[in-house]
Amino acid sequence: MPKQANFASLDGLHTFPRLLFHHAKTRPNAPAMREKYLGIWQTWTWVDVAERVRALACGLAALGFKRGDNLAVIGDNRPHLYMMMTAAQCLGGVPVPLYQDAVANEMLFALQDAGIRFAIVEDQEQVDKMLEIKDQTGALEHLIYDDPRGMRHYNQPFLHDIHELMEMGRIHDRNHPDFLNAEIELGHFDDISVMLYTSGTTGKPKGVCQTHAAFIAAAQGGVQVDNLGADGDILSYLPMAWVGDHLFSYAQALVAGFTINCPESGETVMTDLREIGPTCYFAPPRVFESLLTSVMIRMEDAGQIKQKVFHHFMAVAKRCGADILDGKAVGFGDRFQYWLGNILIYAPLRNVLGMSRIRVAYTAGAAIGPELFRFYRSMGINLKQFYGQTETCAYVCIQPDGQIKFDSVGQPAPGVEIRIADNGEVLVKGPMLLKEYYKRPDATAESINADGYFMTGDAGFLDEDGHLKIIDRAKDVGKLSNGAMFAPNYIENKLKFFQFIKEVVCFGHQRDMVCAFVNIDVGAVGNWAERRGISYSGYADLAGKPEVLELIRECVEQINADLVNDSMVADSQIHRFLVLHKELDPDDDELTRTRKVRRNFVAEKYKVLIDALYSGKTSQFIETEVKFEDGRRGKVSADLKIAEAKTFPIVKKAA
Amino acid sequence: MSKKIGDVILDLQNISLRFGGVKALTDISFNVREHEIRAIIGPNGAGKSSMLNVINGVYHPQEGKIMFRGTERKKMEPHMAARQNIARTFQNIALFKGMTVLDNIMTGRITKMKANFIEHALWFGRAKKEELEHRKVVEEVIDFLEIQHIRKTPVNRLPYGLQKRVELARALAAEPTMLLLDEPMAGMNVEEKQDMCRFILDVNDQFGTTIVLIEHDMGVVMDISDRVVVLDYGKKIGDGVPDEVKNNEDVIKAYLGAGH
Repeated sequence: MPKQANFASLDGLHTFPRLLFHHAKTRPNAPAMREKYLGIWQTWTWVDVAERVRALACGLAALGFKRGDNLAVIGDNRPHLYMMMTAAQCLGGVPVPLYQDAVANEMLFALQDAGIRFAIVEDQEQVDKMLEIKDQTGALEHLIYDDPRGMRHYNQPFLHDIHELMEMGRIHDRNHPDFLNAEIELGHFDDISVMLYTSGTTGKPKGVCQTHAAFIAAAQGGVQVDNLGADGDILSYLPMAWVGDHLFSYAQALVAGFTINCPESGETVMTDLREIGPTCYFAPPRVFESLLTSVMIRMEDAGQIKQKVFHHFMAVAKRCGADILDGKAVGFGDRFQYWLGNILIYAPLRNVLGMSRIRVAYTAGAAIGPELFRFYRSMGINLKQFYGQTETCAYVCIQPDGQIKFDSVGQPAPGVEIRIADNGEVLVKGPMLLKEYYKRPDATAESINADGYFMTGDAGFLDEDGHLKIIDRAKDVGKLSNGAMFAPNYIENKLKFFQFIKEVVCFGHQRDMVCAFVNIDVGAVGNWAERRGISYSGYADLAGKPEVLELIRECVEQINADLVNDSMVADSQIHRFLVLHKELDPDDDELTRTRKVRRNFVAEKYKVLIDALYSGKTSQFIETEVKFEDGRRGKVSADLKIAEAKTFPIVKKAA
Repeated sequence: MSKKIGDVILDLQNISLRFGGVKALTDISFNVREHEIRAIIGPNGAGKSSMLNVINGVYHPQEGKIMFRGTERKKMEPHMAARQNIARTFQNIALFKGMTVLDNIMTGRITKMKANFIEHALWFGRAKKEELEHRKVVEEVIDFLEIQHIRKTPVNRLPYGLQKRVELARALAAEPTMLLLDEPMAGMNVEEKQDMCRFILDVNDQFGTTIVLIEHDMGVVMDISDRVVVLDYGKKIGDGVPDEVKNNEDVIKAYLGAGH
């Protein structure tokens, strides 16, 4: 099997605990983790981490954690939480990271499904959630918390401070000095290393079981292609339950041995990013988008001269920046201008963004607007797309240096085979495939075909250079009533590149025209409104302003003008649209926790609006229930205006 | 509640305060016990802030006695109150607007600093070591109140709710045993109020700080206070645990606004 061949070179380092103890032995004093605490970056070396993992693993064993048990991990990215994952793996257990911002009831399903007996949570907030549903889970026995603040009056015997657990572990370790090494020796690369719940765009979440072998293979491949070394730094700030974070902050960090840095809190990420200056940075497109938006907003407030200089050099960068990064031939004049621009604009801007030391930045999780992508590359930031799912350890395609195409996700990564099915669906095979869906043999059988290919559910094709292009979710690609292809994501992504637009949902399957819901970006539109002296009281008020509707109309019409030039999608021009009165929100189930639109749910919930769009009405009253972060409910209502956008006649090209 | 409420630490006896012919406070007596949350409520102009200023040493009552930790307090200045570990926040935010959050909170440490002006100015001697120690306390307060993300932001760029929190942080930086809060939640939205309530309860719970607060929001007062004293036109009309006060006829008439 090709799987084992990969591991011969690893000298038996084929599980994550073995990798960790290997680093602790070979480079004990290199930094493994950092966390900002009380304003200062605290560092744990590999040997510190190994010692703690050892204590935690023994502590878990002392509490009765056994091979095959699942450990729920809930909280922001904290070193102790990452350590607990390795600790569970030492004992042959499986960490199950869950999205920390989910409310208790959303966690209940995963906790029950995985039969969780042990959970490590970050703080009081998460402890409270667990206590709320403890009886319903049926199995939860021990709850360990990292941050003792506010926990003074919690005296339930099943609650343990993580330091208490470590102490228990150290005692256990002294009494049974051979215990842990023997447990680690028992670990095999074909064991399940982690279980990640899919975000559930459709149906109930499923637990994706990945082996050590799969994640190590995926990590090795990525490290190889992009030359990630042990001297690197990464900022770990994306949810631990997301496959991307697990690949970069856990698997790759342990394979390559670089340092992970945990921000102080969710709100300080931007400051922390600047202070750390990571060498490898990973963010979903929306983060790059909001970074760019905030830069543009601040530029608009700058003085005349600064603005002129900025826009001049941005144009230079747009012309030749990406080519220079790819090492293509560029004329002397442009090179000189770019050199000057680098001194005046690009380097300072990279510094402001915390990207001065970046060797490679990745984005994935959703398609990125080509303009946005080009912007970062032209600034000299080696931004790449890659492509993968939870089921494939987020490892299917990577864009190799120098061969970056804006509209493709790159070539198959080392060890990965790709095939396109007859219906256009992308099929993949390789060492990084999931072992199974937890307790769901039916779903496992459904997702892997007879030849061992995983069916991604994405529609795409391979171009002449073997680069994979993704069009949309296979099930989302529909047809207009005249038979033309309708790929909603494709249109939405184009619109979302406008800084004023945060989210779009397009409708058109089996309809005679395409209509859209638009969510404004309250930061950008708010700033725009302020400078025009338009006063507003809140989100709903701003979204309902006629001027804003006009602003969005201009964006839509530009996209229509763009769409008409592409014969594949010319029929998908947006005829009518409206601006929603509330932001689509995961708390209201409108987005998944990774912030993808749950199309069918939205269509169902806002059915009256869709009917209004297609029935030619000019306005529609709507009342929606919203859930606040603390679980309370409220109602928002508005009278939404529906706007028509100019469309362009389709010129049929001669064959 | 599992917390222990201790002995009386502040006892105000028959306090009367006049500004010329205006009687701000008339013959008011009440006490504050160690570790409790004591609320002072009343309609506008009832004398709540005057009361707080009396405790704080800003105003000096013409009549009455103030016993603090068993000894009678002579006429004193506000900075003396600070040295007695009494800290306060203000109804109208009183921060240094152009300074960063961090610097503002550092000023809360001023009474604890021993280095002299020259040492601070020239950054030698005790000044450096001291600053590191004070910074550590300040960082703990920042962590406690969850304002890490605005550490380096000038105060005037912050929304109102956060400014209020910074003011609380500055008061906490002095490590007070008694904390006077003048309308800590005025002008806040529901979410900010909830946060502030949680912080007040946490301060009281974790550090055992005695808290005297003035507040308009009845829901808040009834939820978090151990005992409430009610003033109206400078006179005390009620005193007791929230439930007692809620059912007190005079209080209902004067403040909760029934039967007008």
